[in-house]
Amino acid sequence: MTMPTYIGMPSFPDAARRAVADPRLRANLAHATTTIRGRRADAVAELDDWPALREAGKQIKDHVLENLGHYLRVLEEKVTAAGGTVHWARDAAEANRVVADLVKATGETEVVKVKSMATQEIGLNEFLAGEGITAFETDLAELIVQLGDDRPSHILVPAIHRNRSDIRDIFLRAMDDAPEGLTDSPAALAEAARRHLRAKFLSAKVAVSGVNFAVADTGTLVVLESEGNGRMCLTLPETLISVVGVEKIVPSWRDLEVFLQLLPRSSTAERMNPYTSTWTGVHPGDGPRDFHLVLLDNGRTATLADEVGRQALRCIRCSACLNVCPVYQRAGGHAYGSPYPGPIGAILSPQIRGIGSDVDASLPYASSLCGACFDACPVAIDIPEVLVHLRARAVEKGPRHPLERAAMAAAGWTLRSPTRLALAQRGASASRRVARRGRIRRLPGPLSAWTETRDAPVPPPESFRAWWARTDGGRKETGR
Amino acid sequence: MSAREEILRRIERVTPTRPAAEVAASYDRIDRAYRRRHHDGNVLDLFAERVADYRATVLRVTPSGVPGTLAERLAARPGSYGVPSDLPPEWVAEAGAPLVRDPSVTALDGLAGAVTGCAAAIAETGTIILDHGTAQGPRALSLVPDYHLIVVRAEQIVPDVPDALARLDPLRPLTFVSGPSATSDIELSRVEGVHGPRTLEVLVVA
Repeated sequence: MTMPTYIGMPSFPDAARRAVADPRLRANLAHATTTIRGRRADAVAELDDWPALREAGKQIKDHVLENLGHYLRVLEEKVTAAGGTVHWARDAAEANRVVADLVKATGETEVVKVKSMATQEIGLNEFLAGEGITAFETDLAELIVQLGDDRPSHILVPAIHRNRSDIRDIFLRAMDDAPEGLTDSPAALAEAARRHLRAKFLSAKVAVSGVNFAVADTGTLVVLESEGNGRMCLTLPETLISVVGVEKIVPSWRDLEVFLQLLPRSSTAERMNPYTSTWTGVHPGDGPRDFHLVLLDNGRTATLADEVGRQALRCIRCSACLNVCPVYQRAGGHAYGSPYPGPIGAILSPQIRGIGSDVDASLPYASSLCGACFDACPVAIDIPEVLVHLRARAVEKGPRHPLERAAMAAAGWTLRSPTRLALAQRGASASRRVARRGRIRRLPGPLSAWTETRDAPVPPPESFRAWWARTDGGRKETGR
Repeated sequence: MSAREEILRRIERVTPTRPAAEVAASYDRIDRAYRRRHHDGNVLDLFAERVADYRATVLRVTPSGVPGTLAERLAARPGSYGVPSDLPPEWVAEAGAPLVRDPSVTALDGLAGAVTGCAAAIAETGTIILDHGTAQGPRALSLVPDYHLIVVRAEQIVPDVPDALARLDPLRPLTFVSGPSATSDIELSRVEGVHGPRTLEVLVVA
C-alpha cells in the first residue's frame, strides 16, 4: 500500500462536475483564493530579490535530491547523536505500524497531532483508530475537517471549502463543549477551539507531527505554524513522533535563510508566520524526553527515478499553486481524490501512487496548462511540464479508447492523400449543420465522449485548401 | 532487508552516493544571488513598525524606563505573572503584580501572563527569537499563558533573516515569534488569537 486513494474515488472530471455544480462551494473557494492571491502578490513584491531567492530554493532542493543518500545518512547520525531515535518506513503501511507501536509502547491511547501532510498521505489517523488509539487534530482547519467528518480540500487550509457559518454549524453539532449562542465571527470560533483543546494539550503524553524542514548538518527539525497548537504539541507531551518524507531535507542550517523567506510569503502571504519551532533531538528540562523521527519513502524514491517528474519533490507545501489555479478554484480540492489537491497534487499523487486508478490516470489532465502554478511556485517547479510528461505516461500505461485508435488510424490514412484530405474537409464543413450559435455541443454516437467535456468549434464553410484552389491563392477573389 | 537498507538502495540506484568532498563542492556552487538584507538605515524603526503590523503592542523605552513601563503593563491585567528566575531583577523591580519564578507546567494555565527576554530579533520580518536560554525560561513558559511580554534590547535586533540565523545556535530549542497567535483557517483571513498568547507586547530598549 502506498497512499490510499479515497474509497470509490471517481475520476477527476466526474468529481469536478459535481463540485462545479455546487454554488456555495464555488463561492467559498472564489472568496478565499481571491483574497489570498492579492495578499500573496503584495508579500512577494516586497522583496525585490524574489527571483534570486526562488532560484536558490530550487537549487538547494535539487542538490539534496541529487545527494539524497548522503544527506539522509548525515541527518540520521545527527539526530541520533542529539538523543533522538530514527526509524525508516518503505511505505504507508510500514510508517503506520512504526507509529502505532511507538504509541503503544508509551501505554497511551490518545495522541495530539500537529497538521501534517505526511500523516494525511499515509492515512495515519484511520490506522491508529483501528489500533484503539484516538488521534486529536489540533490545527483549527484540521479540527473543522475532523469534527465535520469531512476530507481536507487544501494543503494549507484544509477546510477552505467551509465558510464561517458552516464552521459554526459544525462546532455546534460536533464539539461537545461548544459555547451556547456561538456566533460565526472568526474570533469567537477561534476562542471555541482554544477552550476545546486546552485541556487536551495540558494532559497529552504523546504528540505526532510532520515537519517543514529537516536540517541535515545539525539534525534540527523545523515546524512553521500560526496558532500555537504546533508549539503545544512539540513542547508539552513526553513523547514526540515526527513523520517526515525523505525529501524534506535541507543540507545546512544556513539554508533556512532562503526557505524562511520563501515559505511564509508564498503560503499565508505573511512576512513571517506567527510561530516557527526548531528542535534538535531532546533538550533536557525543556520539551519531550523521547523523540522519534520516522523517515518515509512511500513512492518518493520511485518519483526520484523520473528525471522530469522528480522536480515535484522540491515542493515545500506552500499551496500557492492551488490559490492561483483556475481549475482548483472551480473544482475545489476534493475532486483531486488525494490529500494533495491542486496543480501540485495533480503531479504528486500519480507519481507517489502510480498511475493505477481512474483518478490517478485522470489527474494529469486536471489542468488547462495555463502556467499560473509555475509562476507562483517558490521553488520553480515546472508543473505544466510534468503534467504533459505524465499525460504521456498515462497514455502509454493506460488502456486507449478503441475509438481513439481508430480515429488516429483514419487520420493517418486521410493525411497521406491530398484527395482524401479534400473530401474529409468538405465533410467537416458539412458538420456545420449540427452547430448551434457557433459551437458544436453534442456529437452523435461514440463521438459524444469528446463533446461531453468540451464544445467543438464549428469548422469554416470552406477549407483553406479549397479557398486557395477556387481563387488561385486570392488573385481571383472578388469583392476585395 | 531492513527498511533503511532498502530505501538507501533504491536511492543509490538512481543517484549514486558521491564522496563527501564532491557533495560539498556541489553545495558551494549553489547560486545565492539574493540579498543579505533588504533595508538600510534604522533597524529599530523598521523592527517596531513591522512588529506592530502583526497587531502586537510595541513600546520604545530607555534602559531606565524599563521597570516603570513594565510595572504599568502588568498592572493593566490582574493576576500573577510567570518569569524565569534569571530575568534581570531590575526589569521587574517596580512590578506590583505577584511574580512566580520558574513556574511548573501545571501552574502555567493559571497565570495572567509571562515576561521574558529574547535571543535575537529580525527587523525586516518583525520576528523575535527565543533560544530559551538566559532570561527566557523553557518553551512552555511563554506559550501556555495568554499574555507574553518580551523585552528586546536594541543590540539584539538584526536587519534581516540571514543575520539572525547566523547568530543562533541550532542545537538549542528555538521559537520564532512574529506577532500574537493567529490563524488564517477561516476563509483565509488572519484572525489573532488561538492557542498561543493572544496578546503580545514588546518593549524595545534603546
